[in-house]
Amino acid sequence: MSNLAINVADVVKSFPSGDTRTFALKGATLNARFGELMMIVGPSGCGKTTLLSVICGTLQCEEGMLSIFDHDLRKMKDWEITKFRCVNVGFIFQQFNLIPTLTAVENASIPLILNGVPTNKAERRAGEVLAEVGLGDKLHSYPSQLSGGQLQRVAISRALVHEPRLIICDEPTASLDAAAGQKTLDLLKSSALQPDRCVIVVTHDNRIYHFADRIAEMEDGRVIGIYDDPKDYHHA
Amino acid sequence: MLAIALKMLFRDRAKYAMLVCGLAFCSLLMCQQISVFCGIMMWTTSTVRNIGAPVWVVDAKVEQANEVIPMRQIEVERVRSVHGVAWAVPLYIGIEQARLNDGSFQNVQLTGLDTGTLTGRPMDMVAGRIEDLRLPNAVVVDQVAVEKFRRKGIAIKLGTTFEINDKEARVVGICHVARSFLGQPYIYTTFDRALEYAKPSRKQLSYVLAGPVPGVSNEELAARISKLPGLRAITKDNLFWTTIWWYIKNTGIPISFGTVVLLGIIVGIAIAGQTFYLFVHDNLRYLAALKAMGARMHTLAAMVLLQAFSVGFIGYGIGVGLASWFGNSVLAKEQPPFFMPWQVPAFVAIVLILICGFSALIGLIKVARLEPAVVFR
Repeated sequence: MSNLAINVADVVKSFPSGDTRTFALKGATLNARFGELMMIVGPSGCGKTTLLSVICGTLQCEEGMLSIFDHDLRKMKDWEITKFRCVNVGFIFQQFNLIPTLTAVENASIPLILNGVPTNKAERRAGEVLAEVGLGDKLHSYPSQLSGGQLQRVAISRALVHEPRLIICDEPTASLDAAAGQKTLDLLKSSALQPDRCVIVVTHDNRIYHFADRIAEMEDGRVIGIYDDPKDYHHA
Repeated sequence: MLAIALKMLFRDRAKYAMLVCGLAFCSLLMCQQISVFCGIMMWTTSTVRNIGAPVWVVDAKVEQANEVIPMRQIEVERVRSVHGVAWAVPLYIGIEQARLNDGSFQNVQLTGLDTGTLTGRPMDMVAGRIEDLRLPNAVVVDQVAVEKFRRKGIAIKLGTTFEINDKEARVVGICHVARSFLGQPYIYTTFDRALEYAKPSRKQLSYVLAGPVPGVSNEELAARISKLPGLRAITKDNLFWTTIWWYIKNTGIPISFGTVVLLGIIVGIAIAGQTFYLFVHDNLRYLAALKAMGARMHTLAAMVLLQAFSVGFIGYGIGVGLASWFGNSVLAKEQPPFFMPWQVPAFVAIVLILICGFSALIGLIKVARLEPAVVFR
């Protein structure tokens, strides 16, 4: 197995806009290694989220090379990509996307249930993961009964519960205050990051850049720089 | 994921209650109205069901059971002469006026049974003996007569007398029979005495009741008798349905009830369809998240269908249950008429399935068009 978890080269993605097409990615190239937390940063509209969507297979690109864990996503059928995502990808969304009528443990167990684990086993495992992130006493709380930081911890538990190899985080601190944001990244780095796992974080919150192992800077649909040390990006 | 789908549904209490109430109301409206309609239709056939003879012979121009065109009494002998007839007896049915002791009047349906055999006699005697009809001036009244006379301050019991067309009638029995369409009490007497009570006319035979010999079916016998000029023979079942279809085609009853049933369907579609659409719409973001996390379309479709049909099933149960409770509570008084054969709940179930299917389809179209990438927007 190569050390490259993600290898994206010259990826192009466009969206229809009236009679023309708007190009969100214009040949983006990026790679991420196992055991690293890679941040994708850049101004709004530069294509960060589109690149993230292409990497996790929720959007299909038109051109370029897209290899995730040595699987060529462009050659896979829709159902194969869906199954690949189900097994290999954990999601942390900006708005959490926790189902409001389900408790914390029920929300966190969903990826396991989608992978065919019986509900009682899935909830037991989800309870353990929630306890690991400090929510052992909130297992049966509904999202409306939790704070922003607690919601994000439930979301992290949901992303980790089925032990995926790729964690995708879209603006994980955007809905949190500074302290909660720092704690979330602390937690993400300590519990999500493992030698056989890759974490991709899209953000423009410069307060959390120092958590990154590497930073990819995007502008106008392209990756214009990759910084091995986050401090270099600060100074760039 | 189906358990997750049910939790999403049941815990969204406001929408769940709205959906169940809408579908329950729709089921109740359809079930209750169709059952009352069936009850009214059953009233139209009460004479056929009360008398119960296998073959009815009427004038060739008669279209339904409540339409009496008097025949000559000789027709009984003509029917008896047909090969395959085991027996044939006369029956008189006519609307007459009964005058009570206080001078008030009550229209009654006078039924004159064959004096010798009392064919067509009421089977459920509440008081007295049907054989006592052979006593002078004897009549048997039904429970409707007891109720109607009681409202006029007269307690009917064995031995009570009143007048029918100025001739005395003495109650020797009280029976329970199916109520007539116009709500007039049934007064039973013998055929000969019924002719005495009735206003004189040249033709006074209402029906000839007949039965086949062993080996001849009712249909075959009816066909043979119908070959007699001027007569029409109909089997009991045929007369029952002919009468119902006559009322369906020639009265406004089906239109008025059909309108209410249609309203029930529209209300069901409007409430259930709209609420379920809102339910799916509100959950779209979460369904997209599930799609992104690896839920396949058939899993999401199963979730949406289960949600739609769960509320449909519960709403159906409540609606049909309420309709049955309503029916049970009014059956004792027989007002309004209520008859719910199995076809009524089956029809309502089919309509509910269509409404839920339609509601689910609207949701499924939204889910199918859902891009999982929207969760990142």
